[in-house]
Amino acid sequence: MKFIIAIIKPFKLDEVREALGALGVAGMTVSEVKGFGRQKGQTEIYRGAEYSVNMLPKVKLEIAVSDELMPKVVETIQQTASTESIGDGKIFVLDLMSTTRIRTGETDETAL
Amino acid sequence: MKNIIKYGAPALAALAIATPAFAQEAAADAVGGGTAYILNTLLFLIGGFLVMWMAAGFAMLEAGLVRTKNVSTQCLKNIGLYSIAGLMFWVIGYNIAYPGFDESSLGLFGVGGTIYSMQGVGEADLDTGYSVASDWFFQMVFCATTASIVSGTLAERIKIVPFFIFVTVLTGIIYPVVVSWEWGGGYLDSVHGFSDFAGSTLVHSTGGWAALIGALILGPRLGRYGADGSVNVFPGSNIPLATLGTFILWLGWFGFNGASQLAMGTVGDVSDVSKIFVNTNMAAAAGVVVAIIATQLRYGKADVTMALNGALAGLVAITAEPLAPTVGHAIIIGGIGGLLPVIFVPILDKLKIDDVVGAIPVHLVAGIWGTLIVPWTGDATFMGQLVGVLLTMVWVSVASGIVWFILKATMGLRPSAEAETNGLDIHEIGVEAYPGLANQA
Repeated sequence: MKFIIAIIKPFKLDEVREALGALGVAGMTVSEVKGFGRQKGQTEIYRGAEYSVNMLPKVKLEIAVSDELMPKVVETIQQTASTESIGDGKIFVLDLMSTTRIRTGETDETAL
Repeated sequence: MKNIIKYGAPALAALAIATPAFAQEAAADAVGGGTAYILNTLLFLIGGFLVMWMAAGFAMLEAGLVRTKNVSTQCLKNIGLYSIAGLMFWVIGYNIAYPGFDESSLGLFGVGGTIYSMQGVGEADLDTGYSVASDWFFQMVFCATTASIVSGTLAERIKIVPFFIFVTVLTGIIYPVVVSWEWGGGYLDSVHGFSDFAGSTLVHSTGGWAALIGALILGPRLGRYGADGSVNVFPGSNIPLATLGTFILWLGWFGFNGASQLAMGTVGDVSDVSKIFVNTNMAAAAGVVVAIIATQLRYGKADVTMALNGALAGLVAITAEPLAPTVGHAIIIGGIGGLLPVIFVPILDKLKIDDVVGAIPVHLVAGIWGTLIVPWTGDATFMGQLVGVLLTMVWVSVASGIVWFILKATMGLRPSAEAETNGLDIHEIGVEAYPGLANQA
Protein backbone atom coordinates (compact mmCIF):
# COMPACT_ATOMS: atom_id res chain seq x y z
CA MET A 1 0.00 0.00 0.00
CA LYS A 2 1.09 3.52 -0.65
CA PHE A 3 0.24 6.80 1.01
CA ILE A 4 0.03 9.74 -1.37
CA ILE A 5 0.32 13.33 -0.18
CA ALA A 6 -0.42 15.91 -2.85
CA ILE A 7 -0.17 19.70 -2.44
CA ILE A 8 -2.23 21.42 -5.12
CA LYS A 9 -3.77 24.78 -5.95
CA PRO A 10 -7.10 25.17 -4.10
CA PHE A 11 -9.18 25.83 -7.22
CA LYS A 12 -8.04 22.52 -8.74
CA LEU A 13 -9.55 20.43 -5.93
CA ASP A 14 -12.89 19.60 -7.56
CA GLU A 15 -11.30 18.60 -10.84
CA VAL A 16 -8.77 16.32 -9.12
CA ARG A 17 -11.43 14.76 -6.86
CA GLU A 18 -13.62 13.91 -9.85
CA ALA A 19 -10.75 12.43 -11.86
CA LEU A 20 -9.65 10.28 -8.91
CA GLY A 21 -13.21 9.15 -8.25
CA ALA A 22 -13.39 7.92 -11.83
CA LEU A 23 -10.21 5.89 -11.20
CA GLY A 24 -11.85 4.13 -8.27
CA VAL A 25 -10.18 5.98 -5.41
CA ALA A 26 -12.62 5.36 -2.56
CA GLY A 27 -11.70 8.17 -0.21
CA MET A 28 -9.32 10.97 0.63
CA THR A 29 -8.64 13.53 3.35
CA VAL A 30 -8.44 17.16 2.33
CA SER A 31 -7.00 20.05 4.37
CA GLU A 32 -6.44 23.72 3.73
CA VAL A 33 -2.77 24.39 4.28
CA LYS A 34 -0.26 27.17 3.82
CA GLY A 35 3.30 26.94 2.66
CA PHE A 36 5.88 28.05 0.18
CA GLY A 37 8.06 26.56 -2.48
CA ARG A 38 9.79 28.05 -5.46
CA GLN A 39 6.85 30.37 -6.00
CA LYS A 40 7.79 32.18 -2.73
CA GLY A 41 5.23 34.61 -1.38
CA GLN A 42 3.72 37.86 -2.52
CA THR A 43 3.64 41.46 -1.29
CA GLU A 44 0.39 42.96 -0.03
CA ILE A 45 -0.59 46.38 1.31
CA TYR A 46 -2.67 46.95 4.43
CA ARG A 47 -3.52 50.45 5.60
CA GLY A 48 -0.55 52.07 3.91
CA ALA A 49 2.08 49.55 4.99
CA GLU A 50 3.55 46.85 2.76
CA TYR A 51 3.94 43.34 4.06
CA SER A 52 4.95 40.09 2.49
CA VAL A 53 2.84 37.00 2.67
CA ASN A 54 5.43 34.20 2.70
CA MET A 55 2.94 31.41 3.00
CA LEU A 56 0.40 30.87 0.25
CA PRO A 57 -2.80 28.89 0.62
CA LYS A 58 -2.82 25.40 -0.89
CA VAL A 59 -4.89 22.28 -0.52
CA LYS A 60 -3.35 19.05 0.77
CA LEU A 61 -4.77 15.68 -0.28
CA GLU A 62 -3.98 12.52 1.64
CA ILE A 63 -4.88 9.30 -0.14
CA ALA A 64 -4.18 5.69 0.78
CA VAL A 65 -4.13 3.35 -2.25
CA SER A 66 -3.05 -0.11 -3.26
CA ASP A 67 0.36 -0.54 -4.88
CA GLU A 68 -1.24 -1.23 -8.29
CA LEU A 69 -3.37 1.89 -8.28
CA MET A 70 -0.58 4.23 -7.10
CA PRO A 71 1.10 5.11 -10.47
CA LYS A 72 -2.24 5.83 -12.10
CA VAL A 73 -3.30 8.09 -9.17
CA VAL A 74 -0.06 10.04 -9.24
CA GLU A 75 -0.28 10.51 -12.98
CA THR A 76 -3.92 11.64 -12.77
CA ILE A 77 -3.21 14.18 -10.04
CA GLN A 78 -0.22 15.53 -11.95
CA GLN A 79 -2.23 15.96 -15.12
CA THR A 80 -5.40 17.42 -13.68
CA ALA A 81 -3.75 19.73 -11.13
CA SER A 82 -1.25 21.19 -13.55
CA THR A 83 -1.69 24.71 -14.88
CA GLU A 84 1.86 24.66 -16.22
CA SER A 85 2.70 27.64 -14.07
CA ILE A 86 4.80 28.08 -10.95
CA GLY A 87 3.05 27.15 -7.69
CA ASP A 88 1.18 24.10 -8.99
CA GLY A 89 2.38 22.01 -6.05
CA LYS A 90 3.99 18.59 -5.47
CA ILE A 91 3.09 14.94 -5.03
CA PHE A 92 4.81 12.72 -2.44
CA VAL A 93 4.45 8.95 -2.20
CA LEU A 94 5.24 7.03 0.99
CA ASP A 95 5.13 3.36 1.88
CA LEU A 96 2.12 2.60 4.03
CA MET A 97 2.62 0.02 6.79
CA SER A 98 -0.96 -0.76 7.71
CA THR A 99 -4.57 0.38 7.39
CA THR A 100 -7.44 -0.36 9.79
CA ARG A 101 -11.09 0.45 9.25
CA ILE A 102 -12.33 1.65 12.63
CA ARG A 103 -15.95 0.49 12.25
CA THR A 104 -15.23 -3.15 11.40
CA GLY A 105 -11.64 -3.73 12.36
CA GLU A 106 -10.82 -4.83 8.77
CA THR A 107 -7.17 -4.30 7.91
CA ASP A 108 -4.90 -3.41 5.00
CA GLU A 109 -6.12 -3.79 1.39
CA THR A 110 -9.69 -4.61 2.43
CA ALA A 111 -9.78 -1.47 4.56
CA LEU A 112 -8.76 0.86 1.73
CA MET B 1 -27.18 69.80 18.37
CA LYS B 2 -27.97 73.39 19.01
CA ASN B 3 -28.94 74.30 22.48
CA ILE B 4 -31.79 76.55 21.43
CA ILE B 5 -34.43 73.93 21.82
CA LYS B 6 -33.67 73.51 25.49
CA TYR B 7 -34.49 77.10 26.17
CA GLY B 8 -36.02 77.86 22.83
CA ALA B 9 -39.51 76.47 23.28
CA PRO B 10 -40.59 79.02 25.94
CA ALA B 11 -38.98 81.78 23.88
CA LEU B 12 -40.92 80.66 20.85
CA ALA B 13 -44.12 80.75 22.88
CA ALA B 14 -43.30 84.30 24.01
CA LEU B 15 -42.68 85.29 20.41
CA ALA B 16 -46.03 83.88 19.39
CA ILE B 17 -47.80 85.94 22.04
CA ALA B 18 -45.95 89.10 21.02
CA THR B 19 -46.82 88.75 17.33
CA PRO B 20 -50.15 86.98 17.02
CA ALA B 21 -50.49 87.81 13.33
CA PHE B 22 -47.26 85.95 12.55
CA ALA B 23 -48.41 82.99 14.60
CA GLN B 24 -51.66 82.70 12.65
CA GLU B 25 -49.89 82.92 9.33
CA ALA B 26 -47.50 80.14 10.26
CA ALA B 27 -50.24 77.95 11.69
CA ALA B 28 -50.84 76.22 8.39
CA ASP B 29 -47.21 75.10 8.24
CA ALA B 30 -46.63 74.27 11.89
CA VAL B 31 -48.39 72.10 14.37
CA GLY B 32 -48.60 73.36 17.91
CA GLY B 33 -48.95 72.08 21.45
CA GLY B 34 -49.31 68.37 21.82
CA THR B 35 -48.75 67.46 18.19
CA ALA B 36 -45.42 69.29 18.02
CA TYR B 37 -44.48 67.71 21.35
CA ILE B 38 -45.22 64.27 19.92
CA LEU B 39 -43.31 64.86 16.68
CA ASN B 40 -40.29 66.36 18.43
CA THR B 41 -40.22 63.46 20.85
CA LEU B 42 -40.50 60.96 18.00
CA LEU B 43 -37.52 62.59 16.30
CA PHE B 44 -35.48 62.18 19.50
CA LEU B 45 -36.53 58.57 19.93
CA ILE B 46 -35.88 57.53 16.33
CA GLY B 47 -32.60 59.46 16.25
CA GLY B 48 -31.72 58.02 19.63
CA PHE B 49 -32.12 54.38 18.76
CA LEU B 50 -30.27 54.92 15.47
CA VAL B 51 -27.32 56.39 17.39
CA MET B 52 -27.60 53.59 19.96
CA TRP B 53 -27.14 51.17 17.06
CA MET B 54 -23.85 52.92 16.21
CA ALA B 55 -22.47 51.16 19.28
CA ALA B 56 -23.06 47.92 17.36
CA GLY B 57 -21.34 49.45 14.35
CA PHE B 58 -18.24 50.34 16.36
CA ALA B 59 -18.24 46.86 17.93
CA MET B 60 -18.32 45.11 14.53
CA LEU B 61 -15.83 47.49 12.91
CA GLU B 62 -13.36 46.92 15.73
CA ALA B 63 -14.01 43.18 15.96
CA GLY B 64 -13.19 42.94 12.26
CA LEU B 65 -10.01 45.01 12.42
CA VAL B 66 -8.35 43.32 15.41
CA ARG B 67 -6.64 39.97 15.25
CA THR B 68 -8.59 36.78 15.97
CA LYS B 69 -7.06 36.40 19.42
CA ASN B 70 -8.46 39.75 20.65
CA VAL B 71 -11.96 39.74 19.16
CA SER B 72 -13.91 38.68 22.28
CA THR B 73 -12.14 41.32 24.34
CA GLN B 74 -13.07 43.99 21.81
CA CYS B 75 -16.72 42.88 21.90
CA LEU B 76 -16.82 42.99 25.69
CA LYS B 77 -15.20 46.45 25.73
CA ASN B 78 -17.84 47.76 23.35
CA ILE B 79 -20.93 46.50 25.13
CA GLY B 80 -19.34 47.44 28.48
CA LEU B 81 -18.49 50.99 27.48
CA TYR B 82 -21.96 51.57 26.02
CA SER B 83 -23.53 50.52 29.29
CA ILE B 84 -21.15 52.47 31.50
CA ALA B 85 -21.80 55.57 29.41
CA GLY B 86 -25.55 55.25 29.98
CA LEU B 87 -25.19 54.84 33.73
CA MET B 88 -22.70 57.68 34.11
CA PHE B 89 -24.70 60.05 31.95
CA TRP B 90 -27.65 59.50 34.28
CA VAL B 91 -25.69 59.70 37.53
CA ILE B 92 -23.88 62.96 36.71
CA GLY B 93 -23.13 63.43 33.01
CA TYR B 94 -26.34 65.08 31.87
CA ASN B 95 -26.30 67.57 34.72
CA ILE B 96 -22.74 68.61 33.90
CA ALA B 97 -23.57 68.83 30.18
CA TYR B 98 -26.68 70.96 30.81
CA PRO B 99 -25.99 72.84 34.02
CA GLY B 100 -28.16 75.85 33.16
CA PHE B 101 -25.33 78.39 33.30
CA ASP B 102 -26.51 81.76 34.62
CA GLU B 103 -25.78 84.98 32.76
CA SER B 104 -22.89 86.07 34.97
CA SER B 105 -20.91 82.84 34.79
CA LEU B 106 -18.21 82.30 32.17
CA GLY B 107 -19.84 78.99 31.41
CA LEU B 108 -16.87 76.68 31.82
CA PHE B 109 -18.12 74.28 34.47
CA GLY B 110 -21.40 73.77 36.24
CA VAL B 111 -23.54 71.06 37.73
CA GLY B 112 -27.29 71.38 37.32
CA GLY B 113 -28.77 69.59 40.30
CA THR B 114 -28.41 66.05 41.46
CA ILE B 115 -29.29 62.80 39.70
CA TYR B 116 -31.41 63.43 36.60
CA SER B 117 -35.04 63.01 37.61
CA MET B 118 -36.71 62.09 34.29
CA GLN B 119 -40.49 62.23 34.41
CA GLY B 120 -43.45 60.54 36.05
CA VAL B 121 -45.84 58.10 34.38
CA GLY B 122 -48.07 59.89 31.88
CA GLU B 123 -46.42 63.25 32.54
CA ALA B 124 -45.79 65.68 29.70
CA ASP B 125 -44.66 69.26 30.08
CA LEU B 126 -45.65 70.97 26.84
CA ASP B 127 -43.41 73.96 27.63
CA THR B 128 -40.26 71.92 27.04
CA GLY B 129 -41.47 71.01 23.55
CA TYR B 130 -40.55 67.31 23.87
CA SER B 131 -40.42 64.54 26.43
CA VAL B 132 -37.46 65.15 28.73
CA ALA B 133 -36.80 61.40 28.79
CA SER B 134 -36.48 61.35 24.98
CA ASP B 135 -34.04 64.25 25.21
CA TRP B 136 -32.00 62.49 27.89
CA PHE B 137 -31.92 59.28 25.85
CA PHE B 138 -30.81 61.10 22.71
CA GLN B 139 -28.04 62.91 24.60
CA MET B 140 -26.92 59.72 26.34
CA VAL B 141 -26.23 57.80 23.13
CA PHE B 142 -23.96 60.63 21.94
CA CYS B 143 -22.00 60.23 25.15
CA ALA B 144 -21.58 56.51 24.41
CA THR B 145 -20.31 57.29 20.90
CA THR B 146 -17.46 59.31 22.38
CA ALA B 147 -16.31 56.34 24.42
CA SER B 148 -16.54 53.95 21.44
CA ILE B 149 -13.91 56.01 19.63
CA VAL B 150 -11.32 55.40 22.35
CA SER B 151 -11.89 51.66 22.34
CA GLY B 152 -10.78 51.13 18.74
CA THR B 153 -7.50 53.02 18.97
CA LEU B 154 -6.37 51.22 22.11
CA ALA B 155 -7.39 47.73 20.97
CA GLU B 156 -5.33 44.58 21.52
CA ARG B 157 -3.09 45.87 24.31
CA ILE B 158 -5.08 47.36 27.19
CA LYS B 159 -6.51 45.57 30.21
CA ILE B 160 -10.27 45.84 30.45
CA VAL B 161 -10.47 47.15 34.02
CA PRO B 162 -8.40 50.35 33.54
CA PHE B 163 -10.17 50.85 30.21
CA PHE B 164 -13.59 50.71 31.85
CA ILE B 165 -12.46 53.06 34.63
CA PHE B 166 -11.27 55.53 32.02
CA VAL B 167 -14.62 55.26 30.23
CA THR B 168 -16.37 56.01 33.52
CA VAL B 169 -14.50 59.30 33.92
CA LEU B 170 -14.75 60.16 30.21
CA THR B 171 -18.52 59.70 30.04
CA GLY B 172 -19.28 61.06 33.50
CA ILE B 173 -17.10 64.19 33.46
CA ILE B 174 -14.69 64.83 30.56
CA TYR B 175 -17.22 64.64 27.70
CA PRO B 176 -20.11 66.36 29.56
CA VAL B 177 -17.89 69.37 30.34
CA VAL B 178 -17.13 69.84 26.64
CA VAL B 179 -20.82 69.56 25.82
CA SER B 180 -21.72 72.18 28.43
CA TRP B 181 -19.53 74.78 26.69
CA GLU B 182 -21.60 74.57 23.53
CA TRP B 183 -24.89 72.69 23.65
CA GLY B 184 -25.23 73.54 27.36
CA GLY B 185 -25.08 77.24 26.47
CA GLY B 186 -21.66 77.78 28.09
CA TYR B 187 -18.42 79.50 27.17
CA LEU B 188 -17.97 78.51 23.52
CA ASP B 189 -21.58 79.22 22.68
CA SER B 190 -22.09 82.48 24.52
CA VAL B 191 -18.64 84.06 24.13
CA HIS B 192 -17.28 82.74 20.83
CA GLY B 193 -20.35 81.89 18.79
CA PHE B 194 -18.82 78.46 18.23
CA SER B 195 -20.90 76.23 15.98
CA ASP B 196 -20.96 72.43 16.09
CA PHE B 197 -24.30 71.12 14.88
CA ALA B 198 -24.05 67.46 15.86
CA GLY B 199 -20.60 67.15 17.38
CA SER B 200 -17.58 66.99 15.05
CA THR B 201 -15.65 68.54 17.90
CA LEU B 202 -17.84 67.87 20.91
CA VAL B 203 -18.23 64.15 20.28
CA HIS B 204 -15.68 63.04 17.72
CA SER B 205 -12.66 65.19 18.52
CA THR B 206 -13.27 64.66 22.22
CA GLY B 207 -13.13 60.90 21.68
CA GLY B 208 -10.18 61.39 19.34
CA TRP B 209 -8.08 63.40 21.79
CA ALA B 210 -8.79 60.91 24.58
CA ALA B 211 -7.74 58.10 22.21
CA LEU B 212 -4.58 59.89 21.05
CA ILE B 213 -3.39 60.64 24.59
CA GLY B 214 -4.26 57.07 25.57
CA ALA B 215 -2.25 55.67 22.65
CA LEU B 216 0.77 57.83 23.57
CA ILE B 217 0.72 56.72 27.20
CA LEU B 218 -0.14 53.09 26.46
CA GLY B 219 2.42 52.60 23.68
CA PRO B 220 2.11 50.48 20.54
CA ARG B 221 1.24 46.80 20.37
CA LEU B 222 4.18 44.45 20.93
CA GLY B 223 6.19 44.00 17.75
CA ARG B 224 4.18 46.60 15.86
CA TYR B 225 7.19 48.76 14.96
CA GLY B 226 10.64 47.47 14.15
CA ALA B 227 13.76 49.16 15.55
CA ASP B 228 14.45 50.52 12.06
CA GLY B 229 11.06 52.23 11.96
CA SER B 230 9.44 49.55 9.84
CA VAL B 231 5.77 48.79 10.35
CA ASN B 232 4.78 45.21 11.04
CA VAL B 233 1.34 44.72 9.60
CA PHE B 234 -1.26 42.91 11.72
CA PRO B 235 -4.10 42.37 9.25
CA GLY B 236 -7.63 42.49 10.63
CA SER B 237 -9.41 39.23 11.32
CA ASN B 238 -12.65 39.82 9.42
CA ILE B 239 -13.16 42.38 6.68
CA PRO B 240 -16.87 41.56 6.11
CA LEU B 241 -17.55 42.30 9.80
CA ALA B 242 -15.66 45.61 9.57
CA THR B 243 -17.66 46.49 6.46
CA LEU B 244 -20.96 45.66 8.15
CA GLY B 245 -19.90 47.76 11.13
CA THR B 246 -19.20 50.71 8.86
CA PHE B 247 -22.60 50.40 7.17
CA ILE B 248 -24.26 50.27 10.60
CA LEU B 249 -22.42 53.43 11.63
CA TRP B 250 -23.46 55.11 8.39
CA LEU B 251 -27.11 54.20 9.08
CA GLY B 252 -26.83 55.41 12.65
CA TRP B 253 -25.42 58.71 11.47
CA PHE B 254 -28.79 59.70 10.00
CA GLY B 255 -30.02 59.75 13.57
CA PHE B 256 -26.86 61.43 14.80
CA ASN B 257 -27.07 64.36 12.38
CA GLY B 258 -30.72 64.29 11.34
CA ALA B 259 -32.24 64.23 14.79
CA SER B 260 -29.80 66.93 15.93
CA GLN B 261 -32.23 69.30 14.21
CA LEU B 262 -34.03 68.73 17.54
CA ALA B 263 -37.46 69.66 16.22
CA MET B 264 -39.98 68.26 13.77
CA GLY B 265 -43.09 70.30 14.48
CA THR B 266 -42.92 72.52 11.41
CA VAL B 267 -42.62 71.87 7.70
CA GLY B 268 -39.36 73.79 7.79
CA ASP B 269 -37.88 71.49 10.42
CA VAL B 270 -38.92 68.34 8.62
CA SER B 271 -37.42 69.68 5.40
CA ASP B 272 -34.20 70.50 7.22
CA VAL B 273 -34.01 67.00 8.69
CA SER B 274 -34.40 65.63 5.16
CA LYS B 275 -31.68 67.90 3.78
CA ILE B 276 -29.39 66.78 6.60
CA PHE B 277 -30.00 63.15 5.61
CA VAL B 278 -28.95 63.90 2.03
CA ASN B 279 -25.86 65.90 2.99
CA THR B 280 -24.81 63.27 5.52
CA ASN B 281 -25.11 60.51 2.93
CA MET B 282 -23.29 62.44 0.22
CA ALA B 283 -20.38 63.38 2.48
CA ALA B 284 -19.87 59.72 3.38
CA ALA B 285 -20.16 58.63 -0.25
CA ALA B 286 -17.60 61.22 -1.30
CA GLY B 287 -15.29 60.08 1.50
CA VAL B 288 -15.41 56.50 0.26
CA VAL B 289 -14.79 57.39 -3.39
CA VAL B 290 -11.88 59.69 -2.55
CA ALA B 291 -10.30 57.04 -0.30
CA ILE B 292 -10.61 54.41 -3.03
CA ILE B 293 -9.09 56.70 -5.65
CA ALA B 294 -6.33 57.90 -3.34
CA THR B 295 -5.22 54.40 -2.28
CA GLN B 296 -5.44 53.15 -5.86
CA LEU B 297 -3.21 56.00 -7.04
CA ARG B 298 -0.78 55.85 -4.15
CA TYR B 299 -0.38 52.08 -3.66
CA GLY B 300 -1.68 50.66 -6.92
CA LYS B 301 -4.41 48.88 -4.96
CA ALA B 302 -7.64 50.14 -3.44
CA ASP B 303 -7.58 49.45 0.30
CA VAL B 304 -10.97 48.36 1.62
CA THR B 305 -10.20 49.36 5.23
CA MET B 306 -9.27 52.83 4.00
CA ALA B 307 -12.56 53.01 2.11
CA LEU B 308 -14.34 52.17 5.38
CA ASN B 309 -12.33 54.85 7.18
CA GLY B 310 -13.14 57.22 4.31
CA ALA B 311 -16.89 56.77 4.84
CA LEU B 312 -16.58 57.50 8.54
CA ALA B 313 -14.21 60.46 8.03
CA GLY B 314 -16.66 61.95 5.53
CA LEU B 315 -19.44 61.51 8.08
CA VAL B 316 -17.43 63.07 10.89
CA ALA B 317 -16.47 66.02 8.65
CA ILE B 318 -20.07 66.88 7.75
CA THR B 319 -21.31 66.49 11.32
CA ALA B 320 -20.27 69.99 12.41
CA GLU B 321 -22.63 71.54 9.84
CA PRO B 322 -24.82 69.08 7.94
CA LEU B 323 -27.66 71.52 7.21
CA ALA B 324 -26.27 74.69 5.64
CA PRO B 325 -24.07 73.14 2.89
CA THR B 326 -25.45 72.44 -0.56
CA VAL B 327 -24.98 68.90 -1.79
CA GLY B 328 -21.91 70.11 -3.68
CA HIS B 329 -20.43 71.59 -0.52
CA ALA B 330 -21.20 68.38 1.39
CA ILE B 331 -19.40 66.30 -1.23
CA ILE B 332 -16.30 68.50 -1.01
CA ILE B 333 -16.32 68.56 2.80
CA GLY B 334 -16.82 64.78 3.00
CA GLY B 335 -14.41 64.05 0.16
CA ILE B 336 -11.57 65.93 1.81
CA GLY B 337 -12.54 64.16 5.03
CA GLY B 338 -12.12 60.83 3.26
CA LEU B 339 -8.63 61.81 2.13
CA LEU B 340 -7.47 62.49 5.70
CA PRO B 341 -7.13 58.84 6.84
CA VAL B 342 -5.14 58.01 3.69
CA ILE B 343 -2.71 60.78 4.65
CA PHE B 344 -2.69 60.46 8.42
CA VAL B 345 -2.65 56.68 8.96
CA PRO B 346 0.93 56.39 7.57
CA ILE B 347 1.96 59.57 9.45
CA LEU B 348 0.79 58.11 12.77
CA ASP B 349 2.71 54.92 11.97
CA LYS B 350 5.85 56.99 11.29
CA LEU B 351 5.40 58.55 14.73
CA LYS B 352 4.89 55.05 16.18
CA ILE B 353 1.44 55.96 17.42
CA ASP B 354 -0.45 52.69 17.11
CA ASP B 355 -4.08 53.35 16.19
CA VAL B 356 -5.54 49.93 15.43
CA VAL B 357 -8.69 51.01 13.57
CA GLY B 358 -7.73 54.52 12.39
CA ALA B 359 -9.95 56.29 14.91
CA ILE B 360 -7.55 59.23 15.32
CA PRO B 361 -7.56 60.26 11.63
CA VAL B 362 -11.27 59.53 11.32
CA HIS B 363 -12.63 61.16 14.45
CA LEU B 364 -9.98 63.64 15.56
CA VAL B 365 -8.45 64.89 12.32
CA ALA B 366 -11.66 64.82 10.27
CA GLY B 367 -13.51 66.28 13.27
CA ILE B 368 -11.16 69.26 13.33
CA TRP B 369 -11.48 69.64 9.55
CA GLY B 370 -15.28 69.57 9.73
CA THR B 371 -15.33 72.10 12.55
CA LEU B 372 -12.96 74.58 10.90
CA ILE B 373 -14.80 74.48 7.57
CA VAL B 374 -18.18 75.44 9.10
CA PRO B 375 -17.72 79.18 8.35
CA TRP B 376 -17.56 78.31 4.62
CA THR B 377 -21.26 77.46 4.59
CA GLY B 378 -22.68 78.09 8.04
CA ASP B 379 -23.04 80.82 10.58
CA ALA B 380 -19.71 80.88 12.43
CA THR B 381 -16.32 82.57 12.44
CA PHE B 382 -13.03 80.82 11.81
CA MET B 383 -11.56 82.22 15.05
CA GLY B 384 -14.55 81.05 17.04
CA GLN B 385 -14.23 77.57 15.57
CA LEU B 386 -10.49 77.53 16.25
CA VAL B 387 -11.04 78.48 19.89
CA GLY B 388 -13.48 75.58 20.20
CA VAL B 389 -11.01 73.12 18.69
CA LEU B 390 -8.13 74.34 20.87
CA LEU B 391 -10.10 74.49 24.10
CA THR B 392 -11.35 70.95 23.51
CA MET B 393 -7.78 69.83 22.78
CA VAL B 394 -6.40 71.33 25.98
CA TRP B 395 -9.16 70.13 28.30
CA VAL B 396 -9.57 66.61 26.94
CA SER B 397 -5.81 66.03 26.57
CA VAL B 398 -4.98 67.23 30.05
CA ALA B 399 -7.92 65.55 31.78
CA SER B 400 -7.44 62.26 29.88
CA GLY B 401 -3.70 62.40 30.44
CA ILE B 402 -4.16 62.71 34.18
CA VAL B 403 -6.58 59.79 34.30
CA TRP B 404 -4.41 57.58 32.07
CA PHE B 405 -1.30 58.35 34.16
CA ILE B 406 -3.07 57.61 37.44
CA LEU B 407 -4.33 54.28 36.04
CA LYS B 408 -0.86 53.45 34.70
CA ALA B 409 0.78 54.22 38.03
CA THR B 410 -1.73 52.34 40.16
CA MET B 411 -3.03 49.24 38.39
CA GLY B 412 -1.08 49.41 35.13
CA LEU B 413 -2.64 49.68 31.71
CA ARG B 414 -1.07 46.78 29.86
CA PRO B 415 -1.31 43.06 30.33
CA SER B 416 1.92 41.05 30.58
CA ALA B 417 3.87 40.54 27.38
CA GLU B 418 2.91 36.88 27.51
CA ALA B 419 -0.80 37.69 27.80
CA GLU B 420 -0.61 40.16 24.95
CA THR B 421 1.21 37.66 22.75
CA ASN B 422 -1.26 34.87 23.49
CA GLY B 423 -4.18 37.21 23.00
CA LEU B 424 -6.35 39.12 25.45
CA ASP B 425 -9.28 36.79 24.82
CA ILE B 426 -7.63 34.02 26.81
CA HIS B 427 -6.12 36.14 29.57
CA GLU B 428 -8.68 38.91 30.08
CA ILE B 429 -11.94 37.23 29.08
CA GLY B 430 -11.45 33.49 29.04
CA VAL B 431 -13.65 33.21 25.97
CA GLU B 432 -12.22 32.94 22.49
CA ALA B 433 -14.23 34.47 19.66
CA TYR B 434 -13.48 31.57 17.36
CA PRO B 435 -12.70 28.60 19.62
CA GLY B 436 -11.72 26.22 16.83
CA LEU B 437 -11.28 22.65 18.05
CA ALA B 438 -12.09 23.25 21.71
CA ASN B 439 -15.15 21.37 23.02
CA GLN B 440 -16.78 20.82 19.67
CA ALA B 441 -18.56 17.69 20.91
